[in-house]
Amino acid sequence: MDNKIKMKADNLNFYYGDFHALHEISLDFKKNEVTALIGPSGCGKSTLLRCLNRMNDLIPYSRVEGSVLLEGEDIYDPNVDVVTLRRHVGMVFQKPNPFPKSIFENVAYGMRVNGVRDKSYLVNQVEKSLKQAALWEEVKDRLDESALGLSGGQQQRLCIARALAVEPEVVLMDEPASALDPIATQKIEELIHQLKELYTIIIVTHNMQQAARVSDVTAFFYIGKLIEVDQTETIFTKPKLQQTSDYITGRFG
Amino acid sequence: MNETETVENRPKGEGLLGREEMGHGTRAPRGMHGSLSRGRKATQATMFTMFRIAAVINGSALIFVVYFLFSRGWRAINWTFLTQAPVDSMTKGGILPCIVGTLCLSLGAIIVALPIGVASAIYLNEYARAGKVVRIIRLGINNLAGVPSVVFGLFGLAFFVVYLKMGVSILAGSLTLAAMSLPIIIGSTEEALRAVPDTYREASLGLGATKWQTIYRVVLPAALPGVLTGAILGISRAAGETAPIMFTAAVYYTPSLPSSMFDEIMALPYHIYVLATAGTEIEATRHLQYGTALVLIALVLGLNLIAILYRAKLRRKQ
Repeated sequence: MDNKIKMKADNLNFYYGDFHALHEISLDFKKNEVTALIGPSGCGKSTLLRCLNRMNDLIPYSRVEGSVLLEGEDIYDPNVDVVTLRRHVGMVFQKPNPFPKSIFENVAYGMRVNGVRDKSYLVNQVEKSLKQAALWEEVKDRLDESALGLSGGQQQRLCIARALAVEPEVVLMDEPASALDPIATQKIEELIHQLKELYTIIIVTHNMQQAARVSDVTAFFYIGKLIEVDQTETIFTKPKLQQTSDYITGRFG
Repeated sequence: MNETETVENRPKGEGLLGREEMGHGTRAPRGMHGSLSRGRKATQATMFTMFRIAAVINGSALIFVVYFLFSRGWRAINWTFLTQAPVDSMTKGGILPCIVGTLCLSLGAIIVALPIGVASAIYLNEYARAGKVVRIIRLGINNLAGVPSVVFGLFGLAFFVVYLKMGVSILAGSLTLAAMSLPIIIGSTEEALRAVPDTYREASLGLGATKWQTIYRVVLPAALPGVLTGAILGISRAAGETAPIMFTAAVYYTPSLPSSMFDEIMALPYHIYVLATAGTEIEATRHLQYGTALVLIALVLGLNLIAILYRAKLRRKQ
């Protein structure tokens, strides 16, 4: 596999029971790039995202056909340990969901469940992750306070720090700013710009302007099919297909 | 017309827009002061009054029972009563062995029922996939809740006391009470687990935790308040049961306090029964019966109060 490609969906089909949700998706995600998945509600972009770290395994009666490759290896291979996979491919959810624990324990959680016990290592990693998530300055004096006392935007940045603390290679973001106010949203978007130096980021967003602002590559989906994928600038200025153009300009969606 | 038409000086019998007041069965009412809305208001007031009466009856029943017992039993309560054993064919002395016996049984019951109940609830709520087996298990648990307590007593006698040769003992009694408390504990634990948002589980699994790690690091701690409340309510029920312990643990009289779990004991509910029916001095001990009942009620109400206060404290924290 071309070593600039971090993850790749190869002829991926996904079924919720009998419902064929994703049709033959083939899509590359390049290293250290931000790929945005856009499309109207129900087009399958969140479903695809959740296939990339096998979160859809939790849904009963779901089925996958085709493969998803992480650095050349199929994550749906029966020998793959899902738990380890999810350390390499992290996820940030739509609504901030910090645990009802202290700020420190939230960020340290991922490391603890993976067996890290060394206190000084934990302390350093927590600081490093909170700095990467641009939250350190705001919480460094209250790491032992409950995470639930933070504002929505802070909680989401905490969730990002929590995901980064296990040092994944890919970070999946499912509409990370949709529950946040504009100022918090802006902070998250700046964060994404900085994070792509270190991680490969795949982001689902309802907000087209956000996709235009943060991503390098944009993929447009419609009713479970990949319609068009290209450099973000091209998609938003000179899309090749009429359907893409209609969605971008708001004719439907 | 010189004055503008306002709500006050609008001719009577007309709706807000000046149209005719509606008769039944024509259009929807437009006015704010129609006879129909008066009728609906009256119905609402009647219903609310009925609900208030029901609530008052409910609350009064408890107050009445407590008052009744208190007025007849308070004279029996003193330091001797609570700390000494009964003497003189139980017409004098205290009920210490009964208090100790009841506490031992309750403690024993919860030690057995809590781990098994919580584990079952975790299995049913977190691991089991919907299917025939789960349905059968749930059916079993629900039916267990409906088994009469005397039947539990007979089961305890036949199985624990006789078949497993435990004899009439704290052990047999605790196990029987544990079996009785299981449905309550499983039910309240399941409810507490269900109340934990799935988003926590997703976040944990997304970070590379296993299902079990998710349960004991995130879900169970979050559900703990509900689990503990259920446990306290479970014990308080077990403390007051007579039939299950009659055949399995409680006896008319023991000369000393229990020293091992294989000992037989006296217990508060059974003591009331014994004094009121089988004792040799039923009338003479009447005040002691009420006193014992008062102590038992105080114990049960006390436990319930702890559960309520604890739950309220945790709700305020959240």
